[in-house]
Amino acid sequence: MEEQVTGRAEESENGSGDVVAEATHRDLPDRETCTAVLSKMMLIRRFEERAGEMYAKAKIGGFLHLCIGEEATVVGATQALRDGDFLLSTYREHGQAIGRGTHPNAVMAELFGKVDGCSKGRGGSMHLFDWERRFLGGYGIVGGNLPLAAGVGLACDYGGTDDAVLCMFGDGASNQGTFGETMNLAALWKLPVVFMVINNQFGMGTSLERHSAVTDLSRKADGFGVPGARCDGMDVLDVHAHTCEALQKAREDRHPQLLEAVTYRFRGHSMADPEEYRSKEQVEEWRRRDPIVGFGKRLAEEKVISKKQQKELDEAAIATVDEAVRFADASPLPDLDSLYDDLYVYGDQLQGWWTVDERSPETHRGEDERSQGDVARGLREAGAAYAATERQKTRGQREGQSGGDGEGEPAGDVRDEEGGGQ
Amino acid sequence: MRYREALNQALREEMQADERVFIMGEDVGVFQGAFKVTQGLLEEFGEKRVRDTPISENTIVGMGVGAAMAGLRPIVEIMTINFSLLALDQIVNCAASIRYMFGGQVTVPLVIRMPQGAGHQLGPTHSHSLEAMYLHIPGLLVAVPTTAADAKGLLKAAIRDENPVIFIEHEYLYGQKGEVPEDGEPLRFGQAAVRREGDDVTIVGISRMALTAARAAETLSKEHEIEAEVIDPRTLRPLDLDTIVDSVKKTNRAVIVEEGWPHGGVGANLAALIQEQAFDHLDAPVARVTGADVPMPYSKPLEQSAFPHEEHVVQAARATFGDL
Repeated sequence: MEEQVTGRAEESENGSGDVVAEATHRDLPDRETCTAVLSKMMLIRRFEERAGEMYAKAKIGGFLHLCIGEEATVVGATQALRDGDFLLSTYREHGQAIGRGTHPNAVMAELFGKVDGCSKGRGGSMHLFDWERRFLGGYGIVGGNLPLAAGVGLACDYGGTDDAVLCMFGDGASNQGTFGETMNLAALWKLPVVFMVINNQFGMGTSLERHSAVTDLSRKADGFGVPGARCDGMDVLDVHAHTCEALQKAREDRHPQLLEAVTYRFRGHSMADPEEYRSKEQVEEWRRRDPIVGFGKRLAEEKVISKKQQKELDEAAIATVDEAVRFADASPLPDLDSLYDDLYVYGDQLQGWWTVDERSPETHRGEDERSQGDVARGLREAGAAYAATERQKTRGQREGQSGGDGEGEPAGDVRDEEGGGQ
Repeated sequence: MRYREALNQALREEMQADERVFIMGEDVGVFQGAFKVTQGLLEEFGEKRVRDTPISENTIVGMGVGAAMAGLRPIVEIMTINFSLLALDQIVNCAASIRYMFGGQVTVPLVIRMPQGAGHQLGPTHSHSLEAMYLHIPGLLVAVPTTAADAKGLLKAAIRDENPVIFIEHEYLYGQKGEVPEDGEPLRFGQAAVRREGDDVTIVGISRMALTAARAAETLSKEHEIEAEVIDPRTLRPLDLDTIVDSVKKTNRAVIVEEGWPHGGVGANLAALIQEQAFDHLDAPVARVTGADVPMPYSKPLEQSAFPHEEHVVQAARATFGDL
């Protein structure tokens, strides 16, 4: 496997199979930029691989959606943003957060449900958020982030700034009512928003041609007055160039844009996906266009970054992810008394509210949760104690079911069948 | 001043005071508002701040959430509360949850205004009372003003508040007149109003039903020698439970009157809270008077029979004395 980029081929998805990734027609940027782009893609790939491992060990709960295969789309797009621009994403957004600059430690800690997570352990994998980097969230409802992005665009416009908004969503979201509604409003009000549809060919397990009458998604907003373009989502330079152009039009012409990135996720929809809806051949076909391998190959061929140097970059990515896991492991779990924190903002108008809490012996004010008595505390801890046994159970289930080929194994969302916990 | 004028004044004053405040909704601008609450605002503040929208409730609310996250203070008008069902995704999954699920990094100072209520023969898609549904959702504040003064004071408070507020107006109340203080001060959320004092039975009326309850109280006094204490909670989240419970401890009887449906209603919730907090003080089961458990019918007699009137409240209050 000559084109292999990584130092740990046996554990990596980088470089599996013969690489036929076509060299991009776009000119390479300077070496520094190439290094940054390649490093970021490698970091996201390694992060996602490790997240998958941590999921199998039940360090991560719930659902886990990995973006392996989509790194060029993620990095090409996020690299096109200015510091002042806003980014909104879907529930498959670990890469977007890292691409935007959120520290992998904070992302991994969030997946672990720890207090140092970028959403303090409140959101989990699908709901990452980093206000400082203007990453305004992953959202668990398909199509739910489009109106929000338009609203953020409205705020940019209202404030007279030249900040723009990049809103990413999947091909499946293009069928939601919010798609048409938001396209119309964004065009009507000339909002500086780039809507980027990450066409990874499937809305969960339903393929594009089975879920959308129009399969050229770049045209899907034509009727709403939002012009579209399509880019090669496996080519980081093509994604970057198109995103820059779209952002410029949104920013300068005050006109929203739709950009379709055609890509593929190498893993299942989530870790609980047996992938019965697609053939191994199709997956293999796309894997031969691996965005990291393709870009790395060209960088080596054009003597910009040697294979040896690429290996070093990959090792640095692995080290960063190792540290993220260490950090997440060491980070404390959220304080049980913090359960009601950040639900409301208190002030002159609102000074508190009554809640009815099944974990406490008496009705009490929500804002008084921290000062509840010993009985309430004991009951809270009794509830939280189930976390350990539940994790043990989940771990057993996931380990018991992960004997497949390692790809999108039905790592078991057995909780679905059991009704979600005890 | 009429209730709708009081709302209009609150909007005008808050928009004058804070550039970040703007309003958007269906026909709020050129049409001056489906119920004329936004009359004259377009002329005064221009299209940037008074924005007519397409009929896209979910997206209008979602844009309000996004704009609020990014630093503005949007007011979204939904034409009737039934239409807000189209926006439930954005209201529940975004507006109510965003601050909490993102660990407090951002606030959503959004006001969603909409009227509810039966009596205008608008049938089952324009006449419902859904405050109980919004009361259900943590992360939201819910206001149900009854008087012109409360409409103004609470709307001003809602606009200044950092939390998402469901502000429920009433189609019947828009034309009702009442005194409105000159000072322009906001009211505090979570403070009930005692509309009438009495020692015999506590009647809690929600929204328009606070007026119905007050009329019933007069009848109870004149015809049945029962002195009712009438309480209008004004906001359901937060709820001024203290005022209600203190009253029940005095009267030992409670009747809750609402226009919405009985199951999972405001009354069901309040009855549970009252029995938890004042069980030993109750001399009778907590009574509920609610709208009928049906979609609102069109035909006038059917419609009028499907929500509470004075007689229903009088009957329920007397029943707590077991003398019927």
